[in-house]
Amino acid sequence: MDQDFINTLLLTGKLAGWTTTILFVVGFPISYLLAYKRFWFKPIVEALISMPLVLPPTVLGFYMLVAYSPQNAFGRWLAEHFNVRLAFSFEGVLIASVIFSLPFMIQPLQNGFTSIPKSFRETAYTLGKSEFTTFIRVLVPNMIPSIITAAAMTFAHCIGEFGVVIMVGGNMPGETRVASIAIYDEVQAMNYQTANQYSFVLFIISLLILTLIYSINGKKKIFF
Amino acid sequence: MLTINIQKDMLSADGRATLEIDATIQDNELLCLFGHSGAGKTTLLRILAGLTKPDKGRIMYNNTVWFDSEKKINLPPQERNVGYMFQDYALFPNMTVEKNISFAQKEKNPDEVEKLLELFDLNILKNQHPNKLSGGQKQRVALARALAAKPNVLLLDEPLSALDYDMRLALQHEIRKAHELLNTLTIMVSHDLQEVFHLASSVIMLKNGTVIKEGKPADVFSQSTEWKSRMEHLSY
Repeated sequence: MDQDFINTLLLTGKLAGWTTTILFVVGFPISYLLAYKRFWFKPIVEALISMPLVLPPTVLGFYMLVAYSPQNAFGRWLAEHFNVRLAFSFEGVLIASVIFSLPFMIQPLQNGFTSIPKSFRETAYTLGKSEFTTFIRVLVPNMIPSIITAAAMTFAHCIGEFGVVIMVGGNMPGETRVASIAIYDEVQAMNYQTANQYSFVLFIISLLILTLIYSINGKKKIFF
Repeated sequence: MLTINIQKDMLSADGRATLEIDATIQDNELLCLFGHSGAGKTTLLRILAGLTKPDKGRIMYNNTVWFDSEKKINLPPQERNVGYMFQDYALFPNMTVEKNISFAQKEKNPDEVEKLLELFDLNILKNQHPNKLSGGQKQRVALARALAAKPNVLLLDEPLSALDYDMRLALQHEIRKAHELLNTLTIMVSHDLQEVFHLASSVIMLKNGTVIKEGKPADVFSQSTEWKSRMEHLSY
């Protein structure tokens, strides 16, 4: 099999894997706060997190490019202090991908937290357990289907991401050229067979992930 | 001894009302909060557990201040050492019966867990998960779990409301047994007259947030013609 084909798929997996891992760490505290805490600007936070669901990816990609530019404050600060340029780099695409995939991680986790009866948390508190112990011992084990759904949705969404990646990363083989961009590129070059190979792999992966999610949601009781 | 003197605005059955409680409960008492839905019974239990904050007042357990609005003291539930049994029992589905009970312990003690399993006749069910249990079995696990933490105060929110008549009678016996054995100050919400007579050493009758009668069950209910006629229909 063509090395370029394999490298592109590996890079796609790497981007989706890192995005899911980072969002897994960031997503739990955010979704916990959104599920259980009250603060006046909560609707704004929820709206911002959900924006990628309705916003064209090119809009976010454009703003990310502007932010990364050394002519602007954030980009200049990165360049001066760390000698880092994020535009058209894997790291730059990764940050954009994390932001763009936020709702796919946060919303299932938030739904998982809110679906657990309030009396579970309150019982744990009256038994002397801290919020952290309650989180680890009571909440997380009782929302495993939501956790798997969140991780799988994030991963699947990342694998298919196109707009943000092409805006922020362009089409650099081995650096930012993920499978969805490669398909577009191969079609433009009329290499339909290669485009078909990429498409088939993405189709199968997406189908497997969605089948996993639906089979988990259909058998939630399987965990207990 | 638990001293309660609190006020809390709430929504009652007849609209807005203020829950006003001024009571002292002795250590070995089994007090029943009696009244119609919306009278403020569950709100009072939640206030005692630290799950709902009163608007003003003071709650003291022996020499420990649990709540004092003037001094801005409000101990969290974790520091009050109360056992709270919810109407839905709130058993953790990811844990077996045994794990549910041992989770409640402040220091792990398998012998104590065994004793509780035996006391509530749960030995045969100890490896089962809650979704495999009947209502009565869940109630016994929830009670055993609440006691495993060795609470100073045990709060039971309509513990028997979801059960049928025969099961209620059997479990009233379990609650009384646990109270007599452990001598824990127990406050129980009920609107079942039979339950009150069977279990309670004293009663506070609430209506729209206000205490309308308090004392021993026979005294409280004999003062009211409505309840007196109902008492005469009880089978014991």
